[in-house]
Formats: sequence, C-alpha cells, structure tokens
Amino acid sequence: MAVTAVREKPSAIHTSLEAIVEVKGICKSYGNVEALRDINLDFPRGKLTSLLGPSGCGKTTLLKIIAGLIGASAGSVTVDGKRVSGPGPERAFVFQDFALMPWATVLRNVAFGLELRGTGKAERDEIARRYIAQVGLSGFEDKYPHELSGGMRQRVGLARALSVDAEVLLLDEPFSAVDEQNRRKFQEDLIRLRSAQNKTFIFVTHSIEEAVYISDRIVLLSPRPGRVSQVIEPDIDRSGDPDRIHRDKHYLDTVEEIWQGLKQYVE
Amino acid sequence: MATNIRAESEATHLALPVSSDTAGRLRDRPIILRLVSIALFAGIWEIAGRIPVSFAFPTFSDTIAAFFGLIADGSMPTAYLSTLQPLVLGILLSAFLGVGIGIVCGLSRTGEWLLIPVFIVLQAAPVAAFIPLVTFVYGIGMTAKTIAVMILALPVIVLNTYKAVRNVNESLLVMCRSFLGTRWQTITRIVLPDASPVIFAGLRLGVAAGFVGVVLAELLITPTGIGDLITFHRSRADYAEMYATIASIIALSTLTLVFLQWIEVRVFRPEKRGT
Repeated sequence: MAVTAVREKPSAIHTSLEAIVEVKGICKSYGNVEALRDINLDFPRGKLTSLLGPSGCGKTTLLKIIAGLIGASAGSVTVDGKRVSGPGPERAFVFQDFALMPWATVLRNVAFGLELRGTGKAERDEIARRYIAQVGLSGFEDKYPHELSGGMRQRVGLARALSVDAEVLLLDEPFSAVDEQNRRKFQEDLIRLRSAQNKTFIFVTHSIEEAVYISDRIVLLSPRPGRVSQVIEPDIDRSGDPDRIHRDKHYLDTVEEIWQGLKQYVE
Repeated sequence: MATNIRAESEATHLALPVSSDTAGRLRDRPIILRLVSIALFAGIWEIAGRIPVSFAFPTFSDTIAAFFGLIADGSMPTAYLSTLQPLVLGILLSAFLGVGIGIVCGLSRTGEWLLIPVFIVLQAAPVAAFIPLVTFVYGIGMTAKTIAVMILALPVIVLNTYKAVRNVNESLLVMCRSFLGTRWQTITRIVLPDASPVIFAGLRLGVAAGFVGVVLAELLITPTGIGDLITFHRSRADYAEMYATIASIIALSTLTLVFLQWIEVRVFRPEKRGT
C-alpha cells in the first residue's frame, strides 16, 4: 500500500508517535465568516507535516494560530504540553513575503531573532554565520535583501528561523514568491537540511506536488469552513537522488490521489 | 522588478575590474554634471543681469562681489548670528517635538484623535497670517521668531511622522512579534527605521518651512538679522547686496537639507548608500 489514508477521526490519529504540537477543537470565525471548524490534529515530533488545501481553506490561519500570532475563537493549541497563548521561543516562523528588514544586512537579518532575545553581538553573529552557510548563502553576509533574488531572500528567512533554535518551524507558503527553478532547488535543500536537524516542520502550501515531495504527512483541508478532510502519509524514500523522487511511482500516485480528492472543491 | 534589475547591475559591477568600477562610480555620482548645472545657471544670470532685464536685477558677478563685501564688512556674519539663533532653536525644537508627537499619534488612537486635527488645520492655514498675532502676544524678541519658525515647521513634521508610523510594513511588525520582540524593541528596531524615509522627507520640508518662518518673522516682526539686511539694502537700492543676502540664505537652506539627507542614509538606511 503506497499511501495510508485516514478519514477524519479526531484523537485517533497517530497515537504511536509522540506529538509535539496538539491542536484540539480549534474554531475561528471572522464576524459571520467561519474560517476554521473544529480542527483536531497532532503533529509528531521530528516530522514534516504539510497543511494542504485550496485557497480559502484556512491553512494559513491555522498556522498562525499555532504560531500564536492570531487567537482562536475556540479550542486550544499545546506545544510540548504547554498551552499556546502567543509567540514562544520553541516556535519560529518563516513568512510567505520573507519579512526581511531592507535596511539590515543578511547577517543582521538572520541574527535578528537572537538580537531580540538579547544575545551578545559576537555570539549571535557566529550562530548566524553558521546557519547562513547551512542554507547556502556563504559570502552574502554583508549584502542587503534588495541585492538578493527571491529564492535567496527566503533562504535568509529560513536561516533566521533556524538560528533561534526552535523545535518547531512554521513555514507559511515559503516558496510561493520564489520562481519555479529556485523552488525546486530550495525543496531539495530543505530535504537535505531536514535530515541534518531533528526539528518538527509544519508547512503550509497549496501545491500538491510540493506537499507530496517534501512531507512525511499531509493534512488535507477542505474550504469554507476549513475542516480536516484527510490525512495522508506518502511513503516515499527520500534518501537517494532528489530528482528520482519526481519519477517515483508512489510520488505520482499520491499526487494523483490528492488531486482527485481536492477536485470537488475547485470551481 | 526594479530592485531586481538594480541588484543585477550591481552584481555585474562587482564582477568588473577595479578601474571600470571607479568609472561606474563617477557615473553614479555626477559631481561634474552638478557643477556644470550651477555654472549654466550662473551664466544665464550674468547675461540676464547684463541685458539688463530690470534696473533692480544685478549681474551674477556683482552679486558675488557684494557677497564677499558683506562678509568683509561684518554685516552678514552679524546678521546670521542673530538669525541663526531662533532658526536653529526653532528647527531643533520642531524636529524633536514634531517627531515625538508624530510617533505618539501614529502609535495611539487617543493621541491621533486629540492632536492630529490641530496639525491638519495648522498645515492648511496660511500660517504667515498668524505671525502678526505672535508679535502681539510674544513681542518682537527671540521668542516670537522661534515661534514663527515652529508654527511653520512643526505641522509638516508631525503629519509626516504620524503617517510614516501608521503605515509601517505590517509584515515586519508581525515578524518582530513572532520572534518575541517587546513593544520597545518593535518601535526602535522596526517602526523607526521603516518610517525613517518618510520622517526625513517631513524633516526636510519642515526645515525648509523653518527658513521661510525666520525670514518672514524678520521681514514682518523685527527688523533684525537677514530679514533686516534684505530690507535695508532694498531701501538703499543696493540690489547686488540684497540679492547676495537672499542667495546666501537659499544656499544655507539647501546645504542644511543635503546634510539632513546624509544623516538619514548614514544612520537609518545604510542600504541606500551609494545608490
């Protein structure tokens, strides 16, 4: 069996793996508009889980609720057993529009999370340089964001999130503003980066291919109001050549299956 | 798109050898072109003065000669000494008060409702009309001149700062919050640098308005300083001296604005250096 598809069954999802982030009964309404309805999800430690769905399904809203950037109308989010009431040091966010300070160099942008925490300049610069190297931006430390391409800017955003050493990384459509070629390269690098660190990733995307390519688990959300419609675990071996994955039969089957499931929501 | 193109052109700059890099820098900083522009202006002035377009219009060379004459006899330094005191005081007070009030109004709704309407009215009003009123209340001394500078400079500084703070990039604010920035850190590390281009645009307009204020005050209230020098030479029909005085205050105002721009790029927006 290439994929294990689990129909929505709150609380029954993966009790075997230890969950680092638990979402219980999350609802969110904006006035009369219901964005999310009764979301129950567990995010296992050390895994990359994608939130996938068409626009308007509330996936970014859910991610921001987990980040503590917006409040839920009902329900709770716990990280490592602690209830989320705002942003915390165990979570770091990667923004869709990069959110880099145009007046700061790559080095200062990457070190900014540590700067806000009061880490000394020498120490935070050293840590930042290490992560700049990890995301493949060595030599660009003293450049300003406007001197970088979209893909490179998002690498800065990723390095900033990595450098605060959070356990959970929240990525909000990180590649949607990056061109296709750079996106492919970045996805490969992300797979490589993940194997190097034992972090939990929660990844919002609207690209089925992207979700299947990089995720251990995919949570499919259906729109208006956002609900969990399916949880899929693509069983794909990512150890070898990253290009091989795109031709992998399981990869192609999973993409097709998700598309068949999502088709009904696309008008 | 534009930034991408610039990034690419800068990347090619980096790849080129040193000699053509300096050539590129000359093109980026057209000092020579600026000098030519000034020379052209002086030439046209000289010709217009020689035609002459009016008996009250001196040539450029006469004006320059009069300028050095005024410096030599000490009348211009004395005039500036008396003009600069209220001008500098008024501009400094307006800058600090204006930016401060603007930030408070940008950050708090109460501040906005309380103060912004006052400054909108002040900016719309023909403020020069208030100057006789200022004389009536504060007399003809230094206080009156300083207030004249401030009522002209303050509104534009406050309103620009307020708008800049109100329109700070929302996504940077969220970023700062998500990385656990405190309110104070958000203001000093995100709001101020992000707002600084518009704040400085307001400061430049405010400083220019302050120069207008001090000259108006000296023409209308107290015949002292530069205003007096202009009036005095006009009354004696020393037009070259009158023009030299006017040109000197224009030059001073321009230099102040250039200096302000230099501070902005130095301190707040290093990424704009050399562009």
